[in-house]
Amino acid sequence: MQISKRANGFGSCGYWGRQLRTGEMAILLNEEEIAEAVDRLADQIMASGEGPVCIVGIRSRGDEVAERVCNRLAETDRELQYGVLDISLYRDDLEHLKQNPKLQSSEISFPMDGAHVILVDDVLFTGRTIRAALDALTDYGRPQKVELAVLIDRGWRELPIEPTYVGKVLETKRLDRVVVNLQGTDGEDSVILESND
Amino acid sequence: MVRKDLLDLASLSREETEEILEQAKPLKEVFQRSVKKFPALKGKTVLMLFYEPSTRTLSSFEVAAKRMGADVTVFDVPSSSVVKGESVRDTVDTLQAMQADYIVVRHQMPGLPGRIAKMTKASVISAGDGAHAHPTQGLLDAFTLREVYPTEEGKRVLIAGDIRHSRVARSTSTVLKKLGYEVAYLGPGSLVPEVPGIARFTNFEEAWQWKPDVFYMLRVQKERQGCQFFPSVSEYHKLYGITEDRFRRISEEGLWVMHPGPVNRGVELCDAAMDYERCLINQQVENGIAVRMAVLYLLKQGEE
Repeated sequence: MQISKRANGFGSCGYWGRQLRTGEMAILLNEEEIAEAVDRLADQIMASGEGPVCIVGIRSRGDEVAERVCNRLAETDRELQYGVLDISLYRDDLEHLKQNPKLQSSEISFPMDGAHVILVDDVLFTGRTIRAALDALTDYGRPQKVELAVLIDRGWRELPIEPTYVGKVLETKRLDRVVVNLQGTDGEDSVILESND
Repeated sequence: MVRKDLLDLASLSREETEEILEQAKPLKEVFQRSVKKFPALKGKTVLMLFYEPSTRTLSSFEVAAKRMGADVTVFDVPSSSVVKGESVRDTVDTLQAMQADYIVVRHQMPGLPGRIAKMTKASVISAGDGAHAHPTQGLLDAFTLREVYPTEEGKRVLIAGDIRHSRVARSTSTVLKKLGYEVAYLGPGSLVPEVPGIARFTNFEEAWQWKPDVFYMLRVQKERQGCQFFPSVSEYHKLYGITEDRFRRISEEGLWVMHPGPVNRGVELCDAAMDYERCLINQQVENGIAVRMAVLYLLKQGEE
């Protein structure tokens, strides 16, 4: 397996310095760039207003992004709550899976009624995870407002769902795989693209 | 776990057993939410095929399936088809035609759920077949014990009563042994089979010597009264039940009490034992729902 160091032309959107062939991989973001994206998310959230906010990460990896955003926000005096959501029971593709995903605990310890929630995920792709997360969230109560923060928006939505806060926009092809590795879950920080064109 | 049916616990590997218990945990947490329902089985049909009456197991499965968003129909057989002389095969064909995704079966004939499983692509779950198996009972007992003893190392469970005719004893001891608990049986000599690896006692005093951590009392099947197994109900209580005296010792030592329900008060347990804070009967009921949800979640129907 080849991993090509990302070519030039890697700006805020797109890595296509050159085309990758099927099966080729490229590192899209390194540790530093992921930290920058987290900072960007935190800055946008801080700039968005005041008042208490509940940061809810979607398992898996969304929870870790949410934790990092929380750590940044904790430096301010904004009132914070942290929660974790497992959306397996709300997926729309259980019917089609040979084996159902492993369930994990959700941890929502604040009252959902009237809460200002920011859902956090690592990658926004089709939007189906977020659809499931909205259903899961509202089974805890009726939030006053729900926003969406994603570390990476890679495009290719299949549902009318758009993020409120974005760490980094990446231009991808539909069949590409974007793999996010985070220290706590995977032992290192990196975002890798596997071309599947 | 890749499985269509759950027919007994003996054929489950330790990993599969652990997986079901593990998955029941997050499902139980859902009970604390304001909405105790989620759509994992939306559009699925669960048919309850009960040839033997059972209010508790039936409603437990029903609550589990409904909380997961499934549609549940109770196919009350004794009052309908059996009377009409309909064969099991015909009944299963009928259920197939109703597009059942899960069939939960209780029948007095051991092995019948397994036969039904071969006839249908629906997932079949045994809810008790004769003295053969009652897998979800064993799983809920194991789950309940795990909550009080997260590590089972050396923990001892004494199962008391009519062991020979009890599918609960069979399923529960199978799963507990698989998970590493020590199990012993206590009951009248003729009703306690010799099973390798399971200590056998015929009187309560000997059983105390074994130092059980948990007393699992089986239900006395009143319909078997008069089969000269037990001279009388009060005699049974004196010999094998948790009497006031035995309860005093149990509560002093902080030991646990379990029972699959419904309890015959004053037979298996004295009143004081029912109110004991370490009597796990209500947890068993609640955990039964969670464990049955985990089973419904993990089983996958067969291909067309």
